[in-house]
Amino acid sequence: MNVDAIKNGIVIDHIKAGQGMEIYRFLGLESLDCPVALMKNVVSHQMGKKDIIKIDGELGPDLNVLGYIDPDITIDIIQDERCLRKYHPTLPEQIRDIVRCKNPRCITTTEQELPQIFRLADREKKVYRCIYCDAKAKT
Amino acid sequence: MRSVIRIADLSVEEIAGLNATASDIIAHPKNYAEVCHGKKLATLFFEPSTRTRLSFEAAMYDLGGHVLSVSDGNSSSAAKGESVADTAKTVSCYADIIAMRHPKEGAPYVASVNASVPVINAGDGGHNHPTQTLTDLLTIQREKGHLDGLTIGVCGDLKFGRTVHSLLEAMSRYPGTRFVLISPEELKLPSYVKKDILEAQGVPYIQTTDLEGSLPELDALYMTRVQRERFFNEEDYLRLKDSYILTPERLRSARQDMIILHPLPRVNEISLAVDADPRACYFKQVANGKFARMALILMLLKEAGTL
Repeated sequence: MNVDAIKNGIVIDHIKAGQGMEIYRFLGLESLDCPVALMKNVVSHQMGKKDIIKIDGELGPDLNVLGYIDPDITIDIIQDERCLRKYHPTLPEQIRDIVRCKNPRCITTTEQELPQIFRLADREKKVYRCIYCDAKAKT
Repeated sequence: MRSVIRIADLSVEEIAGLNATASDIIAHPKNYAEVCHGKKLATLFFEPSTRTRLSFEAAMYDLGGHVLSVSDGNSSSAAKGESVADTAKTVSCYADIIAMRHPKEGAPYVASVNASVPVINAGDGGHNHPTQTLTDLLTIQREKGHLDGLTIGVCGDLKFGRTVHSLLEAMSRYPGTRFVLISPEELKLPSYVKKDILEAQGVPYIQTTDLEGSLPELDALYMTRVQRERFFNEEDYLRLKDSYILTPERLRSARQDMIILHPLPRVNEISLAVDADPRACYFKQVANGKFARMALILMLLKEAGTL
């Protein structure tokens, strides 16, 4: 299966097989006008199978947020069909409106318009805590 | 705008300053009787509380200020569905400082982000209660003369007890602190508190179910109530509420200079006979609560430029 090379955009590579759709939805790629390809179960020497997302256009959000989902993902920034930069997302200090607090005693359970903000409490263990009630983020 | 939502919002130096102010107020109350003249404290209590609310209100009156009070969430606009943010913005128009108690964890934080005056967390569910901790620290400071190098026993409900978590967090910052965590298995300190507070700061602690055997090594014993309102299941509450009861007989093994603290109210975990023991400091603690809050109100109003 061939997917055209992209001219200016982003390749999200080394996504765990089966997680591509989750990232697709998470980044809201369905709302983009530019060409977007989601490839599932692509053969990978390193991983056996992997998912890849190619976006032939600009993407608004800071992709470091993907570090919360999987820090082993690779992000390739493509410019004029060449890879300008390749990096793994680093865990952001704060994540907003990505996970909901599951603590039934948290203020966000009754005031649902409050932004769901979690701060990075332990980088090594990838622990995020709710800024309101300190409960651990659970996906 | 500076608010105090958790005890960690205050540095060790600031706590020392607050303790010094509180002690000066105790020694020279007349010097402070008019310092908040014309200033208003709003006490917004959306959860039942007697002593904390009265303590805040007495504190403001003793500073010469006034109090606007919501003591029942059902009679306020919150009952009509007003958000905490809107309540905070509205009350900021009338008061110079807000003390808020709320059953939902994080509500005072939301208030502090939206208020244009300082907000003091007066307890948010089972989460934080920084002025109780200030009270505890002031009491330990006044009774023991220092906050470092102490072995503190905490006994009872260590799982849901917010006062315990805050006390551990606060005391962990003083060198030489050591904790003895005494509770039934079901009410042990949550592992995240151990990891994030005690182990992260390298504070030595032991966990035990044995109250009597732990007493001889303690400088201070902090008793807590097993709180009915923190349980979803009445059966669990009834099974655990009488786990540890402090009696004069049990106290025989404790040191003569050990102090006994309790955030109150107690149910039956300290027998009435212990009240006459000179080591019992929990009613002094109640009195100190007002002075600790006076010192905090003063500090925040000064920082806000209101005083």
